Parts: sequence; C-alpha cells; structure tokens
Amino acid sequence: MKIEILGTGCAKCKTLEEVAKQAIAKIGGFHSVTKVDDLQKIMDYGVMNTPGLVVDGVVKSSGKVLSIDETIAILQDL
Amino acid sequence: MWKESVDYLTYELLGLTGHLGEAINFFIYDTIKIWFLLVTIIFVVSYLRTHFNTEYVRAHLQGKSQLYGNVLASLFGIVTPFCSCSAIPLFLGFIQARIPLGVTFSFLISSPMNNEIAIALLFGLFGWKVTAIYIGFGLLVSILGGYFIGRMNMEKYILMDVKQMEGELEEVQISLTQKERLKEAYDYTVDIFKKIYIYVLIGVGIGAVIHGYIPADFIASYAGADNPFAVIIAVIMGIPMYSNAAGVMPLVEVLTSKGMLLGTALSFMMAVTALSLPEAMILKRILHVKLIAMFFAIVGVGIIAIGYMFNFIL
Repeated sequence: MKIEILGTGCAKCKTLEEVAKQAIAKIGGFHSVTKVDDLQKIMDYGVMNTPGLVVDGVVKSSGKVLSIDETIAILQDL
Repeated sequence: MWKESVDYLTYELLGLTGHLGEAINFFIYDTIKIWFLLVTIIFVVSYLRTHFNTEYVRAHLQGKSQLYGNVLASLFGIVTPFCSCSAIPLFLGFIQARIPLGVTFSFLISSPMNNEIAIALLFGLFGWKVTAIYIGFGLLVSILGGYFIGRMNMEKYILMDVKQMEGELEEVQISLTQKERLKEAYDYTVDIFKKIYIYVLIGVGIGAVIHGYIPADFIASYAGADNPFAVIIAVIMGIPMYSNAAGVMPLVEVLTSKGMLLGTALSFMMAVTALSLPEAMILKRILHVKLIAMFFAIVGVGIIAIGYMFNFIL
C-alpha cells in the first residue's frame, strides 16, 4: 500500500505520521509512508482539514489524528 | 448549591478568613465551575459538529450571492472546528470551489471567534446574555468584515495560483452511527480538555489573587470609564494571546468585576480569538501582506467600534 499523510507541518500531522508508521509495524508487510506537504497536491486531493490520510490515492480521513487502532481498521478494510 | 459547598469547605472546614480565604474560595469555586462547563459545552458542540464538516460547508456555500454568502459563511463558522494549521488548505479549498474571497473571509473570521472554548468560557463566566451579545456582534463583524473585503477586489493578492474546479460540488453526506458520533465527541472533548485545563487553572489562579487582594477601584482607574483608550489598548493586547484564550478569559471576568467596562472586556476577548498572530504568519505563505493587513485592520476596527458602543450604552 502507498500511504500518504497530508499536512503542512503542524504538530497534528507529525503525530498522524507516527501513528501510521506504528500501525504498519503492527500489520506487517511492505508499505510506504510519505508525508505530503505540497499545498497543490493537498488541494488536488480536495482535503481542507489537515492532517489527511490517503491510502493508494484515496482520501480515507481528514481533520483528525486517528488512533493506531483506527488506522489499522482503515488499512485492513482494503 | 455549589457556591454553598465551597463556602462550607473554605470557611468552615479549613477555617480560612480574610483575603486568603476569599482568594482560595474563589479559586476552588471558579476552577471547578469552568472545568465542568467546558467539558459539557465542548461535548455538546463537538457532538453537533459530527453532522457538519468543512467539505459540507464548502458545497453549501458554492454559488451563493455576496451578502447571503457572507451571512451563511459566518453562521457555519460557529459549528465548524477551526485550527490555524488548517487555515491555508481551507482558504485555498474555498477559492478552488469559486467561493468569493469575501465569503471565505467571513468564514475565516467567524470560525475562530465563535469557537466552542470561547463560548463555553463566556457562558460559564458571564452568563448567557453576554454570550449572546458576543456571538451576535461576532457574527456582525464577520459578515460585514467579509463583505467589505469582498468589495475591495483584492483577489490579486492571493499569491498562489489556484486551479478552479469545474462544475458543482456534491454535498458530502456524513454517515455515522449514533455511537460513533458520541465516541468522536467524547474523544474530542478529552483531547481539548487535556490541552487547556492547565491554562484555566493558571488564569483562575491569577484571577483569584486579584479577586482577593487588589481593591475594586484599582483596575477601574486604569481600564475603567475614565480611560478613553482602554478599548484600543485592550484590542492590541489581545492579538498575541490566541493560544491562551482559556487562561485569559477567567482573568477578564475578574477584571470586569473590579471595574473594567464590559465593552472593553468584550473587545479584548474578540481580539484574543479573532485576530491571531500565528494565523497571520501562516496565511503569509499564500496571501500578500496587504491583504492580511486589510483583514486585521477591518476586523480590528469593527471590534474596537463594538467595545466603544457597549461602553457608551451600558
């Protein structure tokens, strides 16, 4: 899976990035986590509340810091 | 009832008297009262909020006429959350949906000003009347402020080239179960409370000292009716205090009870919430300084006018 964290560098975005990494460590397998701070790209996803979580190009959550369990649920739902 | 319990605890059980007793009584009474109200009101607001989100607001504001859009955007500002770190994507997202600049600003003024923490504190400290006045005039400032910014044709001061999207946005329906909504509201409340309880404690603590030790006419002589610049000074002082709204408001309550005029207090609180320096710094990445200065000037003048008007009427 290709996981992207959308955010312009606020504290919440960094927290979500950490959460995503931990969630991946728990479910295992090879997945990439990238932090996207390019505004144009964030706009292209249509996200207005950062942080946003994008999995394989689909916006899964915006505007909140998810818990590890919530993130795992989103990732495994695919 | 709560007042009596605290009175009993401080004066009877602990046997405190004089200034110290008064200060400690006030501290316990106010801290617990404000914490209780904060938790209750934040929970209610964040529950209501699970029915709206920014995407929903954006779809609704699209294609509305100027003034009507300003009114609607300001009203939406009350129920939507605002975090200054989201200010840029939000701003660009609105422009992208061809929402006029003035309407976008109405939202940007109203959302932080009418935030749940400010409303909860006002309600707890000053009662529903002052809260209603604050929200009412807050809406007025955001509607008119946005309207004037819209009339000035300042679109050229947006420094980023935003691709406008074609067609109409679909209204996003949020489908959550009742349980999920309650859980989200609970999580959010805990999150906010953890962040601000300490500021409330510090604010009330300083307030308690003033309450117990400083004579009533001391503040009146500096920030009371005799000082014609009180409102302006209050607004300028309020701008850098955004992150500490939770600590500042309990202080304002005490200052008011010691003779600061209510209009001055209202202006101060509006300046604390609506004009924030960190937000301005963030917006500088996408907006020309001229536009930000105009935004601050219009909102500042509006807030100052409200303060003087109140001091004059009341």
